[in-house]
Amino acid sequence: MRIGANLVIGGTLFALVVIAGVLAPWLAHTDPVMDANLMNAEEPPGGAFWFGTDAQGRDIYSRVLYGARISLTVGIVSQLINTVIGVCLGLSAGYWGGWWDDFVSGLTNLVLAIPSLIFALALMAILTPGLTSLLIALGLTNWSFTCRLARASALSLKSQGYVQAAKVLGYGDVRIMVTQLLPNMLGPIIVIGTLGMGGAVLAEAALSFLGLGIRPPFPSWGSMLSDARDQITTAPWISIFPGLAIFITVLGLNLLGDGLRDILDPQGRAGKA
Amino acid sequence: MFAFLLRRVLQTVPIILAVALLIFVLFSVIPGTFASSLGDDGRNVMDAQVIERVNRQLGLGDPLHVRFGNYVLQLASLDLGTSFRTRQPVTAVLAARMWPTLQLCFAAMVIAIVLGVPLGFVAALKPGSLIDTLSMVGAVSGLSLPKFWLGLLLMYLFALKLGWLPSFGYGDGGLRYIVLPAIALGVAPLALLARTTRAAVLEILNADFVRTARSKGMSERQVVHWHLARNALVIVLTTVGLQFGSVIGQAVIVEKLFAWPGLGSLLVDSVSLRDIPVVQGSILVIVLFFLFVNTLVDVLCALIDPRIKYS
Amino acid sequence: MSAAPLLQVDDLRIDLALGDERFAAVQDVSFSIGRGETFGLVGESGCGKSITALALIGLLRPPLRLAGGTVRLDGREIQSLRAAEMRRLRGKRISMIFQEPMTALNPVSPVGRQIAEMFVLHEGATWQEAERRAVEALASVRVAAPERRAKDYPHQLSGGMRQRVMIAIALACSPDLLLADEPTTALDVTVQAEILDLVRDLCAAKGTAVLMISHDLGLIANACRRVGVMYAGRIVETRAAEEVFRAPSHPYTSGLVASLPLLGARAKEGRRRLKEIAGVVPSVAGFPHGCRFHPRCGRASDLCREDDPGPTPLPGDGLVRCHHHG
Repeated sequence: MRIGANLVIGGTLFALVVIAGVLAPWLAHTDPVMDANLMNAEEPPGGAFWFGTDAQGRDIYSRVLYGARISLTVGIVSQLINTVIGVCLGLSAGYWGGWWDDFVSGLTNLVLAIPSLIFALALMAILTPGLTSLLIALGLTNWSFTCRLARASALSLKSQGYVQAAKVLGYGDVRIMVTQLLPNMLGPIIVIGTLGMGGAVLAEAALSFLGLGIRPPFPSWGSMLSDARDQITTAPWISIFPGLAIFITVLGLNLLGDGLRDILDPQGRAGKA
Repeated sequence: MFAFLLRRVLQTVPIILAVALLIFVLFSVIPGTFASSLGDDGRNVMDAQVIERVNRQLGLGDPLHVRFGNYVLQLASLDLGTSFRTRQPVTAVLAARMWPTLQLCFAAMVIAIVLGVPLGFVAALKPGSLIDTLSMVGAVSGLSLPKFWLGLLLMYLFALKLGWLPSFGYGDGGLRYIVLPAIALGVAPLALLARTTRAAVLEILNADFVRTARSKGMSERQVVHWHLARNALVIVLTTVGLQFGSVIGQAVIVEKLFAWPGLGSLLVDSVSLRDIPVVQGSILVIVLFFLFVNTLVDVLCALIDPRIKYS
Repeated sequence: MSAAPLLQVDDLRIDLALGDERFAAVQDVSFSIGRGETFGLVGESGCGKSITALALIGLLRPPLRLAGGTVRLDGREIQSLRAAEMRRLRGKRISMIFQEPMTALNPVSPVGRQIAEMFVLHEGATWQEAERRAVEALASVRVAAPERRAKDYPHQLSGGMRQRVMIAIALACSPDLLLADEPTTALDVTVQAEILDLVRDLCAAKGTAVLMISHDLGLIANACRRVGVMYAGRIVETRAAEEVFRAPSHPYTSGLVASLPLLGARAKEGRRRLKEIAGVVPSVAGFPHGCRFHPRCGRASDLCREDDPGPTPLPGDGLVRCHHHG
């Protein structure tokens, strides 16, 4: 069954990456930042250096493992921020309506008018490069879909009988939103969240590649690829492994998201494809 | 029809203004001004007095509301300011870089549409078949590929190893130069279009009106031509519009990788150099372009689907 | 029986595939419809009447499958025809109208064109000629200003008008048999009668036989000459329409008749409260052993729990499946 396959393969890939990141200090052979020996610069894969070394003589294998920590942290945390913002804004906008709804809708349209990478790029231009800034930038630019979904769900659910019943019982607005409305939209939100994590990993890699994310010498997969460009003629293997790592991580998350969608959101409320 | 068009265009005006405001606010609080970046990598070795003089020259010393007022006035006269770095008018700087970006985005979307839509169609008409499984696996892989990695691999294989295509740059503007960047940029929208088209066609094939069509005695081929195509087109067109926007944003990555002289690479360079007017100007132009594409798609959809005009 | 029937269905069986298992959603269904006759198929939702019709016209799609029995149209077996040959019958010899006119028409095509398609498909007409005849067809289904209406899109028309368009499409090429699957259920009560009259008049004029499907026994009894009552995938009783009301044989039929609300004069003599049939319709995967109706039946005995009753012929070309009928 194709449904199961997505979930299993995606879950396995993602789990592998998580394990790699969590166990990096034990699985790695060297320190990813400090162990730079120019004598070993640009060694091809083999022997002590499973993935070869880069221009600074650092072991790529170890850097890829530690890079998993960065990508996963960014992916998970920034998507969490996005989800929280999206749900809070969308849920309240749909439930309360009125000027607040108009404001949130206007804000959403505004954010949607700017391509998300450009927006994140602009934010990173203002903030000093680094992990925290990256989390903020990515966390503030990708909440629109979740917001729209939460708003649509709130609008359709708020006239349901059990919500009216809760009001009659004296439940406060926030309590109603959290206990009555939120559980009914969790499925699609989880789907969007999972797929969004993949997008966040790609975005972090892209920003780091452009020099506006995680700066060298920290082992972000994206910045590793940026360095690799200059060495492409002399040491092409530097380009392969970090990119492969990104690919596996994002593929795992995408498959996982697809698999979850078949279970949690069969009607496709989270949006098509 | 004209009223619809007018309404749609007018809807974008407040968004443009809001974006302009947002950009201004964002970049007026930027720490580390242009002058300080003139020193090495922000290590601020420049004399504080020199920095202050440069700032005053560039008008950065004025209070916020004055600066905003000037900004709005300039925008109204379509003046995007002057580049800090080259002292050229921003509009001139942008104009030189717009065409390559348009070319690249257009080429990438052509690849995505020409390959992605038929693929999705075929996959939906034969669900569960080998071609369906292969294309969907391919699609999800295409969506997971980092563009710069794909670009690097393409560059390595086709330019360096095989020597068929140039490895970077705009060159003489010939077609050879745009191939690799367009592929790198176009794979993701291709994948998404294939998936969306497949989902749309599958949904329509199970729709009630298709059952009616079959009950009339139509062959599957006739069903596809007379009933399916137009209905699927609306969904596909909407996705194309959304993807175009994503492509415009993602072009930044591909332009930087392939040293493509477009708005994207200009934006990235200007951010590093803290050349604020150029940064603001390029973001504004990119957003304008994005809104234009969206409006165009909406209008096309309204032309095809008679239900939209009347809503 | 005088002339050979137009449609003869024997032991029809339709399977539903759930996971790896196969369930018989419809079983041992047999009935016949004479030329120009209106036959009603009545039963609750989920009893299998709609999929029976879809099986006759060859429009069953997975997970449903025609798994047994014969369907004879004018003496010729059609249940195992190749797709291309079955297609030739659709629209020309057998037509169908559906329950939801809202979604049954192509939203992006003018209704006139959708009617015109029939003439182009089956009678080799040019588009120009077909569009002209489409306007005539609209007039025949009593649509006012047919030339203008022909250019409208489905969403611009009311539910009743859309159903008229569907009827025009289905009867355009004067088929021998019209399958009408709950054609009025989704319409306003005031429009229902008009649509039913329209179907009756047009089919009488063209000599088209009708298989009318509904859950509304009153509607069926009024519109049809003979009635088949379906329960849990089986026909439990086939009678002439007045007989069904006057002297229902199967306990389920009795229950249906009794549950009809009484109005006016009849109400005075009858009960005030609506009578219901206790229990619920079993799902396909859980048909009871023995007679399928026995859990809800007032006359159930041990025999009924063990033995699934076969068809017992009744006078006047009827039949019933019950150990305690009458």
